[in-house]
Amino acid sequence: MTDLPATTDRKLGLVIDLDTCVGCHACVIACKGWNTEAYGAPLSDDDPYGAAPEGAFLNRVHSYEVTPETGPAQLVHFPKSCLHCEDAPCVTVCPTGASYKRSEDGIVLVNESACIGCGLCAWACPYGARELDPSEHVMKKCTLCVDRIYNENLPEEDREPACVRTCPAGARHFGDFADPESNVSQLVAERGGIELMPEQGTKPVNRYLPPRPKDQIDVLAPLLEPVAQDARGFLGWLDRTLERL
Amino acid sequence: MHPARSLILFTTLSGLGFGLMIWLGLGLPRVTGWQAFGGYLIAFALAGTGLISSVFHLGRPERALRAFTQWRSSWLSREAWLAVLALTLNGLYALTAMSGAPVAPLGWLGALAALATVGATSMIYAQIKAVPRWHHWTTPALFLSLALAGGAMIAGQGTLGLIGLAVAGVVQVLAWRGGDTRLAETGTDLGTATGLGAIGSVRAFEPPHTGGNYLTHEMIHVVGRKHAAKLRRIGAALALAVPAVVILLGLPPLAALVHLAGVLVLRWLFFAEAEHVVGLYYGKR
Repeated sequence: MTDLPATTDRKLGLVIDLDTCVGCHACVIACKGWNTEAYGAPLSDDDPYGAAPEGAFLNRVHSYEVTPETGPAQLVHFPKSCLHCEDAPCVTVCPTGASYKRSEDGIVLVNESACIGCGLCAWACPYGARELDPSEHVMKKCTLCVDRIYNENLPEEDREPACVRTCPAGARHFGDFADPESNVSQLVAERGGIELMPEQGTKPVNRYLPPRPKDQIDVLAPLLEPVAQDARGFLGWLDRTLERL
Repeated sequence: MHPARSLILFTTLSGLGFGLMIWLGLGLPRVTGWQAFGGYLIAFALAGTGLISSVFHLGRPERALRAFTQWRSSWLSREAWLAVLALTLNGLYALTAMSGAPVAPLGWLGALAALATVGATSMIYAQIKAVPRWHHWTTPALFLSLALAGGAMIAGQGTLGLIGLAVAGVVQVLAWRGGDTRLAETGTDLGTATGLGAIGSVRAFEPPHTGGNYLTHEMIHVVGRKHAAKLRRIGAALALAVPAVVILLGLPPLAALVHLAGVLVLRWLFFAEAEHVVGLYYGKR
């Protein structure tokens, strides 16, 4: 059934810190690497070494320029993958039941062997989270690395999505949004985590932490005074002597 | 949205075919014997060609039968069921009509099923909130009025054809006028798409990749919009104005041929002009 579950026991998802992301695309590569050899059909590429290489990716990093009314413009790197929406429009449009949302953890998945490749779910998604694989012709999307997070064959520190595990800046966080004490819930509460396109009514689970205001560096400036206040030795004598003059 | 040939043919031809079944089923005109055979041959050829071309839009057409499973939630699945139901009911009615003893209630049910099929086809598009231009009552109204007008012309029903064309014309103008501003009215822009709008004005600085991808090919079609204004006039003339004149000259079936060409143009525009909000992420519409 492609009806959505009324509630899910857990709400697994990602918090992406736009203040910390450096735009290195490591998450994109880690995602492609893991998902091309694990869950479902490999993520194929079209013409990978030719003039117009293209391929299916489950995570892509955009870059945006934001110009406030006053002050300088800033560049924000913006990784985007499936937001595992609570009211996922991609699930209900599916004619075959291939697209579904799990009631136990809220992950939105595609049963690739039942997918007819009609593309309607990709149309229904406002975020562009789904891409049709160019060689398998089935719909691919972020699985939240469902084959890592519960995988007891992996060391415990690897039981998180590949994008989170690889992020060198620590800009990606994985956890349960249904638990108010979880790392992700607390990050969202502390930093004012934002929903993408709330007006679309999809109730996305993933949240983005907005970049911190850049001009607050002035507030911190007094704290950045030299640490060594008590100069000793020759410099200390010089300091005291010059002070007395 | 990418104007896929398979979908343009599917919606146009099946719309006409089911439209014709509606009028034949209602007994307008009442056909029997070879006339019934001819009428239903055209109807089934149009609907069948349309439905078959829809299969070419699938990545895995060999699994198409699975599309019948989710009728409770999916309009695409409902459409598949209704199409089969409409073809079955109208096929049975056609047999009774050809044998010279048409069972009228069967024809009415067939007409209702055909109408519902066109409605379900239109709802596949109208349900997509991420395409504001489609997400409106004018989408089913347009699909239904064009199917009824086209079907009436093929059935030789001049007056009904004229009424259908007039309704379709009004709905088409409403769809264009409302559709042109609907994306802006939803409030969805790059600011809400990225959540960065609270900080300032947002501009797409660098895309994630230099080439295209499935999303840019499928959802972001900007080429066709260049000539949209001209194509609207051409489409409206061929689909609505010229057929109306031809009907008044007393040749409804000829009007249907011109109408078909016009609906193909209008349907191409229906896809080409539709903006998917995902285009915002790429700094495009």
